[in-house]
Amino acid sequence: MSRTTLVEAPGAVAPVVPVAPTRQRPARRWRRLVSPVALVLAWEVAARTGLLAPEKLPAPSAVLATGWRLTRDGTLAVHLLDSLTRAGAGLLLGGVLALILGTVAGLLRLGDDLVDPPVQMARMLPHLGLVPLLIIWVGIGESLKISLVALGAFFPLYFNTYAGIRDIDERLVEAARTCGLGQAARLRHVVLPGALPALFLGLRLAIGAAWLSLVVGEQVNAQTGIGFLMMEAREFSQTDVVVLGLLVYALLGLISDLALRVAERRMLTWRRGLRAT
Amino acid sequence: MASRTAGHLNGTAPVLTARAVRRAFGPTVVLAGVDLTIARGEVVALLGGSGSGKSTLLRILAGLDGDASGTSVVHGTAAVVFQEHRLLPWKRVAENVGLGLSGADTAGRVRRALAEVGLADRHRAWPAELSGGQAQRVAVARALVREPDLLLLDEPFGALDALTRLRMQILLRRLRAEHGFAALLVTHDVEEALLLADRILLLDDCRIAADLPVDLAPNRTPDDPAFGALRRHLLDRLGVPTT
Repeated sequence: MSRTTLVEAPGAVAPVVPVAPTRQRPARRWRRLVSPVALVLAWEVAARTGLLAPEKLPAPSAVLATGWRLTRDGTLAVHLLDSLTRAGAGLLLGGVLALILGTVAGLLRLGDDLVDPPVQMARMLPHLGLVPLLIIWVGIGESLKISLVALGAFFPLYFNTYAGIRDIDERLVEAARTCGLGQAARLRHVVLPGALPALFLGLRLAIGAAWLSLVVGEQVNAQTGIGFLMMEAREFSQTDVVVLGLLVYALLGLISDLALRVAERRMLTWRRGLRAT
Repeated sequence: MASRTAGHLNGTAPVLTARAVRRAFGPTVVLAGVDLTIARGEVVALLGGSGSGKSTLLRILAGLDGDASGTSVVHGTAAVVFQEHRLLPWKRVAENVGLGLSGADTAGRVRRALAEVGLADRHRAWPAELSGGQAQRVAVARALVREPDLLLLDEPFGALDALTRLRMQILLRRLRAEHGFAALLVTHDVEEALLLADRILLLDDCRIAADLPVDLAPNRTPDDPAFGALRRHLLDRLGVPTT
């Protein structure tokens, strides 16, 4: 018995191995969709049959209907635009500051000594815990939301800018010098492209932190925005609008991450070659 | 200019002069007053054991070490090939070769330099897609395209396998015959030094311990009896028993 299996085993295994992954991959992709779809269906059924009270959790179809209604009368667009403006302004403010300070600390020894210690200390503060202090400083208006987003975006981008510049291979900078590249040309051809992968990682983390900060900021006395829409709906027990707001937040995060991944793939083509070998 | 041309004809005007070069890392002295002259078109090999300061000297001559004392002047242009290829991974091969080039017909010069090292068809490749030998050939093309008077080579073939190294040595000999550049070749490989150099310097005890002319034919091979004698002599000077 054992002798026959020993003889047959190599012949039986060899042709299966290369075929199996290609045959399995599409099947697995579909299989991964089964449980989410089943969950949404179960949710729909539970809501329709009255197992879930509509004021606790309305049916997904009801949420989508509400979304369609608010889109058609323009309410959703107005609030979405305000949320996006806040996120954009905060991201720009915190992002530019992080890029400048991260570059100064990464490139110059003096900058490292002066800039990095206070940033390292400030990092220990949970920035969302700063809301009471920020209210005292900048009030409860737009500046609060924008400051909160800027704070959230600053730290991941600062640290990745700094690390990205520090991790550049000194030998490449040296080789560029022997090719006659001056300081400015070395920054453009060696430092910037070398730090770009880390910058992209920092930007993705920063955008994630920006959305989170926006959610918290918009729950403090906002008059517009997706967060306001949700808080107002809660007062009138419009659970469908609350769930819709959550859905919009999730979609914003998903879309921004996807866009950044596409940009990353376009700009870092040279890394694909790296992975191929 | 006139003296330079005259010197070029005589073959005596130096392309590099270094005087009293000293370098210490903390209390450890690596170079204690090195004098060095390389004539136009002359290939000089710098031999020495590991840690003898060969690479340190080359880095000083290339202007990459600001903490050394003494003087070092390159009369003309110099280009460097390092032990690792040091190509920028985010630039394609042609962009790497043309890095920092300016002037007319840059693309054509890059193309010709790549053709000379036999990689004309790889100009669109990323450095990560090249083999070790190919990447090093691109690094040689990056140095050649600058048409240097002096080529500084820091163990340029040290990281390659034996067969590729032989091919690279033949390539370098051909390029030298065509372009007539001077070169300083830092190596620990006695045979490589004998194959390529007109003169061999031995670096030992922080100084140039010996200065030996290599009076062999340009197309010399290790099978030459004279080659073998010089090889034994050099190994002897380096403290390697040959029998």
